[in-house]
Amino acid sequence: MARFVLRRTAQSLVALLGVSIVVFALIHLVPGDPIRAALGTRFDPEVYELLRERSGLDQPLVVQYVDWLGRAVQGDLGVSFRSGAPVTTVLAARIPPTAVLAVASLVVGIVVAIPAGIIAAVRQGKAADYLATGFSQVGVSIPDFWYGIMLILIFSVTLGWLPPLGYTEFGEDPVDFARRLILPAVTAGVVTGAILTRFVRSSVLEALNADHVRLARAKGLPERYILRHHVLRNAWIPIVTVTGLQLGTLLGGIVIVEVVFAWPGLGRLALDAVERRDYPVLQGAVLFMAGAFLVINLLVDLLYAKLDPRIAVR
Amino acid sequence: MNDDRPEDEARPDEAPGDGVGGLERPTGEHRPRWRETLGIVLANKLAAFGLVVLVVLILTAIFADLVAPYAINAQDLTRRFEPPSLQHLFGTDEFGRDLFSRVVFGSRVSLQVGAVAVSISLALGTFIGLISGYRRGWLDTVLMRTMDVLFSFPVVLLAIALVAVLGPSLRNTMLAVGIVFTPIFARVVRGSALSVSQDLHVRAARSLGASDLRIVFRHVLPNVAAPVIVQTSLSLAFAILIEAALSFVGVGVQPPEPAWGLMLSDAQRYRTQGWWLSVFPGLAIFLTVMAFNLVGDGLRDALDPQQRSVIESRGAGGDA
Repeated sequence: MARFVLRRTAQSLVALLGVSIVVFALIHLVPGDPIRAALGTRFDPEVYELLRERSGLDQPLVVQYVDWLGRAVQGDLGVSFRSGAPVTTVLAARIPPTAVLAVASLVVGIVVAIPAGIIAAVRQGKAADYLATGFSQVGVSIPDFWYGIMLILIFSVTLGWLPPLGYTEFGEDPVDFARRLILPAVTAGVVTGAILTRFVRSSVLEALNADHVRLARAKGLPERYILRHHVLRNAWIPIVTVTGLQLGTLLGGIVIVEVVFAWPGLGRLALDAVERRDYPVLQGAVLFMAGAFLVINLLVDLLYAKLDPRIAVR
Repeated sequence: MNDDRPEDEARPDEAPGDGVGGLERPTGEHRPRWRETLGIVLANKLAAFGLVVLVVLILTAIFADLVAPYAINAQDLTRRFEPPSLQHLFGTDEFGRDLFSRVVFGSRVSLQVGAVAVSISLALGTFIGLISGYRRGWLDTVLMRTMDVLFSFPVVLLAIALVAVLGPSLRNTMLAVGIVFTPIFARVVRGSALSVSQDLHVRAARSLGASDLRIVFRHVLPNVAAPVIVQTSLSLAFAILIEAALSFVGVGVQPPEPAWGLMLSDAQRYRTQGWWLSVFPGLAIFLTVMAFNLVGDGLRDALDPQQRSVIESRGAGGDA
């Protein structure tokens, strides 16, 4: 187990190093001078020189990378081309809204997927199964941003039940915070739920067809008992793993949902940075989200190995 | 994520005894039997439905000039925000343009982006996967770790970052989506190539002195086709979804191209003036993506004997 933890952590560190190279390279893919591109045609030469010096773009590439990485490790991701504020400060303000939305969406996904997947598997080939698999098929094909717009049209524009856009801090007004969270969380959560439903269904089906379950049936044990003690106990390990991995995937998908609902999270920040050509902020947001994605995947893998020791042996 | 996935262990089109059979029946017999495959796909009602939708969609895109009743940018400011009617099936937009015609022309953009982007990832991914799986060693390690790095990014985020630095345009959108999908193809092909390159017929070809290039193209490539075909169909669905998302947030296809994502983005500004502006372009994306997903699922069932036998034994036609 210790070897597995070390190997898997080392792999993630190598991947993180690779991610840092890609993120660093982003700014150098910008055609021409990125600072000039960011500042536009009319700019103050002093500001230009200051930004150029502070971003180290006049140094050789390798020197720039080592310097950037060294500072990034210490939490210094440079300054915004636009506001001059440290990128880490800008990021820190946007992390809580994204984290809240990601967790809330995951909860919606789990609440939908666990019962839907279990019922679909237990009632395989019956109406409930077709309903659940139909929902899953629709959920994985539906563009989340369109689905979000439809929810706004129905629940905000037509019925007027929920606010269409924006975010309120929990400490400011907990009720308004919850009201504004519902639509974006349902939007991102249903897509997650659709993916999870498929997985829960196939995991439970696999467990239902296992030899020990057949034996339990042959012994005449009640179906409900078999389901609880023999099927779900075996099916829940991969379900927990995939659910954890979905949290990482949600981080990427939430970018678009944040735009639909004017949610002031990291995704919205990244897109605003694209529009304003604020490359250090874009780099910071991408690095943070990719890093979080890697860390979540690592933790889920380690948890999986802990829950199912066969994984660490393979 | 986890490198130790079982994808390396089994080749989906491998039947029991294929290794020996491969020696007796080199190359050709390993190829998927197309007629049988198509039969299985069409027997699956959902996949058949997806295929019909796709055929209609492709024909619509090809003959958009004939299908669309109005020119793509024909404006009539006296008919702004008209609800759906016989004259304007999907209503009109803020410039009085016929939304149905724009949705019809939008199919060209979506299919073009999907096809070109997936072709890029298919070509790059197959090339990388074949080299990795066949040559192994340090080259395999370097290439696969590079793919892992690309895999470490949330797909949408990487696509946005790439388009952001390359500049938003139709061409760069296709390129960015193509790049983000490359690792998936590389992994799928590598897994199959690893397995195939140990088959008896490949070892026999090697011992007879066939060159690496000949072995890869004559013996390995045809045998990795099945998983690649399935992946292509599923990736087309996802590529269209990502293009629409990028265009929606303003970093993908740019106006005046009639992209569905762009239409939805415009509709956001006029959401109180007309529900039809948001509904129809979104439905078009949804139907297209679902059609590719259904066909992809059907192909997977048809080309994966293990999956197929499970489905047949359970008497179910949908996904299992």
